[in-house]
Amino acid sequence: MLRPRIIPCLLVHEGGLVKTVGFKSPKYVGDPINAVKIFNEKECDELVVLDVDATANSAEPDYKMIANIASECRMPLCYGGGVRMPQAAKKIIGLGVEKVAISAAAIENPALITQISEEIGAQSVVVILDVKKRIFGKDYDVFTHNGRRNAKRSMIEFAQEAERRGAGEIVINSIENDGQMKGYDLVLAQKMRQAVHVPVTFLGGAGSLDDIAALIKTCGVVGATAGSLFVFKGVHRAVLINYPQVPQKDALIRTALGVSA
Amino acid sequence: MIRVVDYGLGNTQAFINMYKRMNIPALPAREAADLDDAEKIILPGVGAFDHAMELLDGSGMRLPLERRVLKDKVPILGVCVGMQVLARSSDEGKQAGLGWVPGVVRAFRSIHSAAEMPLPHMGWNDVTPLGGALFRGLGKDARFYFLHSYFFQCDNHANIAATASYGLDFSCALRAENIYGVQFHPEKSHHYGATLLKNFAELEMQA
Repeated sequence: MLRPRIIPCLLVHEGGLVKTVGFKSPKYVGDPINAVKIFNEKECDELVVLDVDATANSAEPDYKMIANIASECRMPLCYGGGVRMPQAAKKIIGLGVEKVAISAAAIENPALITQISEEIGAQSVVVILDVKKRIFGKDYDVFTHNGRRNAKRSMIEFAQEAERRGAGEIVINSIENDGQMKGYDLVLAQKMRQAVHVPVTFLGGAGSLDDIAALIKTCGVVGATAGSLFVFKGVHRAVLINYPQVPQKDALIRTALGVSA
Repeated sequence: MIRVVDYGLGNTQAFINMYKRMNIPALPAREAADLDDAEKIILPGVGAFDHAMELLDGSGMRLPLERRVLKDKVPILGVCVGMQVLARSSDEGKQAGLGWVPGVVRAFRSIHSAAEMPLPHMGWNDVTPLGGALFRGLGKDARFYFLHSYFFQCDNHANIAATASYGLDFSCALRAENIYGVQFHPEKSHHYGATLLKNFAELEMQA
């Protein structure tokens, strides 16, 4: 059985790991390499590392940092931040990264998705959409530049366009739920899951393993990504890198999917 | 010495790091001469089939690889697209493959029962070994990381070393004499992958 993926998402800001709330007020939570080592030991499904400065500052990806993380990482790794050219994506794959995430650059120029896909293969192209619910109506808008700029594109329409253009995975990141730890937006998740034929992954809102179970129960085999959940512990949000052990994870998935052992 | 073929495609370093942790000597092969001391060979690969064949042809290592594998019978492990290029051809491209293992590479989308599944097949899936040294010590909970939209269809059932299920049962590992292939990524599959790579390293050379 193909399993849903449970994926920690690490944000890099000024060389350190941070966690934000509503895409704002970054709190320092530790050193990236140290976090990767801990997630190796915990045998986590995948890892997402996003450099939040690279796009906002229009900077090139920090290849040295990516190489350091990739050589330490013993699980599949997805990197995002500052990728604007197919050559940059190719270079990152060459450093030992499995998947390259693009967001703002793809929204400004959707042809880039095709170009990168042709260069590194669709299976390695991840399009991340930062979304916020429209004040009027039921659809969601896509945002860029750490949630500050409304691209005025419908989430569903753009996700479908990204799939047509050669994306291999769509990650939906809920701006309003970021850091809230009150659960995923399940309405959004279900809508998105039915709209495309590539794997979809959801980020934003997970505060407990129960929240992840609820997402899997609603949507089936999808990716469940979380930041706060895997770096904080307890009501006071003490920094503690954590991840469920394999038997616990297997039981959670079996129960959520309603399959026997 | 294990040599990991570095022809510009795939994560050479991930294999070398894995073997380093096990204290098993492994180095990249970047040119023909590097293959001379190989007792085992790993052929990685990601991306498109044709691109892989073009890079392999352009690397100058194709002929020495054929000599070491087909004549000297050095065990080789193809991984992901590195396994797919062992076939005669692929739905994905126009180039001929190496043709070392009888079979062709098919698109999941071309198979009716798989048409409704999201693609690529991405994530951790169960693997059912059909025996063989590569899966020694891997129990019922063995799982590996997959990332692909095409699969290897063997002509001969005897060449299937393990199956996985995604819309249909497909051969996710194969073996023909000294030639091995796995569709999944052992270098990114935690201790399950480490066990498989250790098993490969410990295979006896065939006379």
